[in-house]
Amino acid sequence: MYAVYIIIGIVVILLILIASTYNGLVRLRNQVRNAWAQIDVQLKRRHDLIPNLVETAKGYMTHERGTFEAVTKARNLAQKAVGTGVGAQSKAEGELSGALSRLLVVVENYPDLKANQNFLALQEELTSTENKIGFSRQYYNDSVLRYNNKTQMFPSNIIAGMMSFKASEFFEVAAAEEREAPKVSFS
Amino acid sequence: MWEQIRSNQIRSVILVAGMAALLLLMGYFLGLYFLDSGTGGVIIALIIWAVMNLVAFFQGDNILLALSKARKIKRDDYPRLYNIVEEMKIASGLERMPDIYIIDDPALNAFATGRDPDRAAIAVTSGLLQKLNRDELQGVIGHEIAHVNNRDVLLMSLCGILLGTIVILSWYATHMLFFSSMSGGRRSSSSGGGQAQLIILAVGIILMILAPIAAQLIYFAISRKREYLADSSSALYTRYPEGLASALEKLAASTAPVKSANQSSAPMYIINPFRKKGRAASNLSSTHPPISERIRILRSMAGGASLADYDNAFRQIHKGGRGIIPSSAIAGAGAVDLRVAVPEATQQEVELGKVERTREVSDLMWHLNNYKTITCACGTKLKIPPKLKSANVKCPHCGRVNRV
Repeated sequence: MYAVYIIIGIVVILLILIASTYNGLVRLRNQVRNAWAQIDVQLKRRHDLIPNLVETAKGYMTHERGTFEAVTKARNLAQKAVGTGVGAQSKAEGELSGALSRLLVVVENYPDLKANQNFLALQEELTSTENKIGFSRQYYNDSVLRYNNKTQMFPSNIIAGMMSFKASEFFEVAAAEEREAPKVSFS
Repeated sequence: MWEQIRSNQIRSVILVAGMAALLLLMGYFLGLYFLDSGTGGVIIALIIWAVMNLVAFFQGDNILLALSKARKIKRDDYPRLYNIVEEMKIASGLERMPDIYIIDDPALNAFATGRDPDRAAIAVTSGLLQKLNRDELQGVIGHEIAHVNNRDVLLMSLCGILLGTIVILSWYATHMLFFSSMSGGRRSSSSGGGQAQLIILAVGIILMILAPIAAQLIYFAISRKREYLADSSSALYTRYPEGLASALEKLAASTAPVKSANQSSAPMYIINPFRKKGRAASNLSSTHPPISERIRILRSMAGGASLADYDNAFRQIHKGGRGIIPSSAIAGAGAVDLRVAVPEATQQEVELGKVERTREVSDLMWHLNNYKTITCACGTKLKIPPKLKSANVKCPHCGRVNRV
């Protein structure tokens, strides 16, 4: 009689363990997905900011048409690349970052523009958006690390294998100079 | 990763349980002495504790914020502060954007409140906003967000309430004891068991003296540990420990205390709001670790911003002692790169620098031509040509007459 109770007890405990491991995996996987969505939110914010920035700066920087066109073009390409896969998207965003930082270097030559309140506000928004892109990538990688650890470490890897929880990819920026979001510094 | 800091709070839980035991013990003995029943005392202690808990649970945040005279801000009021909080919210993976409050006070300080991450609020003084640059502010906000994310606010308010209950109980007990002994001592006449009575009385008195002190020491110990953890998390979120280190340096240099802080809200601030300059913070009786030590730990985080790096730096500073981060939080976290410093100078500083430099150069030129300079009371510098005959010069700015 006791044996039956013990067996039932063990089974119940096992079931609880399996359920909680499974739930943990689901939670971490959702966290990874949510973190990825966060990056997209911030990238979209950057896309939305750029037309404003170009509008504000245009009046002051009459001799920089080429730079503006490059930024606008890179921005449109990046916007089109949304949802075409991690590789293509990060390449387009990398190019946008490059074009933006070139524009922001040129801004140095226009003191009037740097004194414009509107532009200063935009500058703060852009700086912060770049930071947020960086931080959301950082958090994405942290979430992936946690999730992957869980899918690969014993004993949760057994459940992960049975329920087909696959390891996620880390976000990695191809070129070393793109690893940092462009420095938005107007000093 | 840092989530595990939250789950690995065994030591903190033991300390809280110790405080709770202290409270019950005190209730028991006081009950035994005053009511002739230990259970009654325990029940009274529990009731006081529960009421205080309820008040804190439903009103704690509002009371704290109201006491600090904090006002809530919107995104448009302080875009930079709002953005930095949002950045740290993203970096920490917090789900809800915390409310942001400003305390109009020239002192440099900040605190976090809210019993769970969904009700979190962060308050900073206006002095802090003015004095810190972006990276430093980010470090400070990272520290506060870490308090929210590690649920320190809940833990510290639980401890604070326990401490408060113990203090209140012992205060009333002391007064009642004093009063009853003054009025002849009802107890000694009614019950004959003098010796047992005496023992209970002795234990009660010892408890009344020691319990508040012990509870306070426990409280401070927990608080200090959580400060280190929040520092390490801030470094992890920002990937830039130097930001927090240099912010702490500025905070340490300013001596103005926060006017609206009180003892119970002290552990929530980033540095102790009652800190007096020149007084070496004695280790046991402080809610915060010494700032210089926190700075040194942050600055010795060579090669990485992970919790393991902070732990190594902590050990290094404490010469082979035990680490501060729970080992389960370090395991499997991997290496974390440091961020490169972003040189930043605010617009105003640059403008000022230019003007000053121009002035300096022009003063030098005047001097080379044997001009004398007199500084008028209004602040204008008068340049006196070497061939000037008259003894007085009128300031063109304010009209005062200056002697050459």
